[in-house]
Amino acid sequence: MMRALQHEGVKTIFGYPGGSIMPVYDALYDYTRGEKKAFDHILVRHEQGATHAAEGYARVSGEVGCAIVTSGPGATNTLTGVADAMLDSTPIVVIAGQVPIAALGTDAFQEVDLVGVAQPISKWSYQIRHAEDIAWAVSRAFYIARSGRPGPVVLDFPKNAQLEMVDFKPEKVNFVRSYVPYPQIDDEAVREAAELINNAKKPLALVGQGVELGNAQQELLAFLEKADIPAGRTMLGLSALPSTHPLNVGMLGMHGNYAVNLKEQECDVLIAIGMRFSDRVTGNPKTYAKQAKVIHLDIDRSEINKIIKSNVAVVGDCKASLPAITALLQKNSHTEWRDSFKPLDEKERQKVIEPAIHPTEGPLLMGEVVNAVAEATKGDAVLVTDVGQNQLFATRYFKYPKNRSICTSGGLGTMGYGMPAAIGATFGAPERTVCCFMGDGGFQMNIQELGTIMEQQSPVKMILMNNNYLGNVRQWQDMFWQRRKSFTRMMNPCYELVAQGYGIPYACVTERKDLKSAIEKMLATKGPFVLECAILEDDNVLPMTPPGKNVDDMMLEVKG
Amino acid sequence: MEEQKLYTILVYSENIAGVLNQITAVFTRRQVNIESLNVCASSTPGVHKYTITCYCTKEMVKMLKMQIEKRIDVLQARYYHDEDIFMLESSLLKISTSTMLENLEICRVVRHHGARIVEVNPTYAAVEKTGTTEDILSLFENLNSMGAVLQFARSGRICITRGTREQLDDYLAEREQERRLCEKD
Repeated sequence: MMRALQHEGVKTIFGYPGGSIMPVYDALYDYTRGEKKAFDHILVRHEQGATHAAEGYARVSGEVGCAIVTSGPGATNTLTGVADAMLDSTPIVVIAGQVPIAALGTDAFQEVDLVGVAQPISKWSYQIRHAEDIAWAVSRAFYIARSGRPGPVVLDFPKNAQLEMVDFKPEKVNFVRSYVPYPQIDDEAVREAAELINNAKKPLALVGQGVELGNAQQELLAFLEKADIPAGRTMLGLSALPSTHPLNVGMLGMHGNYAVNLKEQECDVLIAIGMRFSDRVTGNPKTYAKQAKVIHLDIDRSEINKIIKSNVAVVGDCKASLPAITALLQKNSHTEWRDSFKPLDEKERQKVIEPAIHPTEGPLLMGEVVNAVAEATKGDAVLVTDVGQNQLFATRYFKYPKNRSICTSGGLGTMGYGMPAAIGATFGAPERTVCCFMGDGGFQMNIQELGTIMEQQSPVKMILMNNNYLGNVRQWQDMFWQRRKSFTRMMNPCYELVAQGYGIPYACVTERKDLKSAIEKMLATKGPFVLECAILEDDNVLPMTPPGKNVDDMMLEVKG
Repeated sequence: MEEQKLYTILVYSENIAGVLNQITAVFTRRQVNIESLNVCASSTPGVHKYTITCYCTKEMVKMLKMQIEKRIDVLQARYYHDEDIFMLESSLLKISTSTMLENLEICRVVRHHGARIVEVNPTYAAVEKTGTTEDILSLFENLNSMGAVLQFARSGRICITRGTREQLDDYLAEREQERRLCEKD
């Protein structure tokens, strides 16, 4: 197993030992030190943390993240991370111990049918029953995880196979007969797409994470610039197109930017690139962009027509399909159309953005904290978020001049994702600053990973935006559930003592005037840091499209 | 709402443990009931064939096909209307010999339906009938109304396509070419 992982280029393993994985851990002892050293093993404090750390690692590095855990509870604890990686197309390989095959199906101690439970939430799951299968299964697992539309692979590794002795024969799987990761691009579809774009008066591109996964950021720029097409990005696609680019018109979705949400209902040609029309983007799909001809570029054929019907579908890797279309595009200019975004942007800036990032009175707001951190890091940092208001404010107000700069749980919306993903990101991009925004809810959902941060001295800059509420649910309760705040108010521990317990430097900001200096102190401190910000309790994320409503029903303020 | 039709979905997969589970999970997630299911080795060594029937809309069957094909070990999934395929089901009926001797109409019904008596002993007769779902159910209902049926078993549908091209063979040939290219790299 060690040799097989080495052969796949694995360098960092996030894991947690246990009874059924002891032979692997015994081997890891040799392979993490001395002359055999091949890996860094990061001991997490909970197996869910191992999977999110592997996700964070994969997201920023573009490599496959790897987690090793034991059977039974160790394995089930990884499932949230596996499902998260499935929905967000993140390449990770989880290797879990299992009882020996002779004991399978007998309810043996710490036995769980991992392949069975992982099947619907993983790209591939497989049980390695004998040692001679290891080289093949590991190579196949990494090939499947990283190729095509990436995703999580689960390897169930019974103890007998861990103990059997075989000679290692390296395998390199680069072909699976039943799996076509990069579908051949249809020239006819490319031609039709180019024709629609050439004739468009009001084209709008929607950029998703597929661009980043396909390393097609340059191809995207060439495409957008040639035809002068404004582009919105999905939450996961935020760093696929630099924030500062003039064609960038902001973030899509429920809490995205106002202009682009309204313009989705006005454009004549909508070009979706490596995105899947999540309900958080489309609002009510029945009324979404009905006036537009839709072009959908995706590597995954099953995404075509799943939510939004497309007029032209170009199935394939956008690294190849974008240049193919660009070659057929006429140089174009859509100044008037692009200018029509500006008054809406200005309206949002006045009504929402300015009050959120430059308030002058009252308690601290999340938007201003994010904005201040974004300014202080000068766009160099990787953004990691947890889930909830912290995520929505952070993704809205952070800046992304560099590619592969965002780790967030978009599809599954996993609270507790932030802290372990940030640990993974520090290993995936050791030269970059990693800023992790969390709320008081999510901070406590994987709070045990402070132990990992302490042990590794992982330089995670944790910004805890504490409003003593599960803020996003509280916002919905206030807006749609007659202000009945059912179990969203939370009693919090003293985070200073928590940080102290783990030996992590800590600062707290309650006054606006202290924010900047506290952030500077955080960034100047080597290693990890917890910056707690006391946030206005009923700070709301705006604008907002109410769930299930049309994207142009987006609200700039909370009424009543 | 769009009309629901009976579709026959043919799936070919590698012979790897757990594929059936993954295929049926696609139906469960999309809330489509499987009407009948037949799984067996196909004529191509190492390839398994699944014949699945279900009632759903055209839009749904397209989605099912895509999501089944998305599973790594699935080679191909195709859907067909009844007019695109030759199909049949088999059934076996166990009939009480004494009832049969008392009521001669029973034998006439068996003959009329083109069913075959496979074995007769003093207690029961085993009858075999192959045909469409309607043929089989009509025989069963007829005999059952006469109180003659002790047991009844019906298989899932099996079918071959009417098309002149063997789509799986084409696919496998294409993939074989691709494999050779990958080996060269």
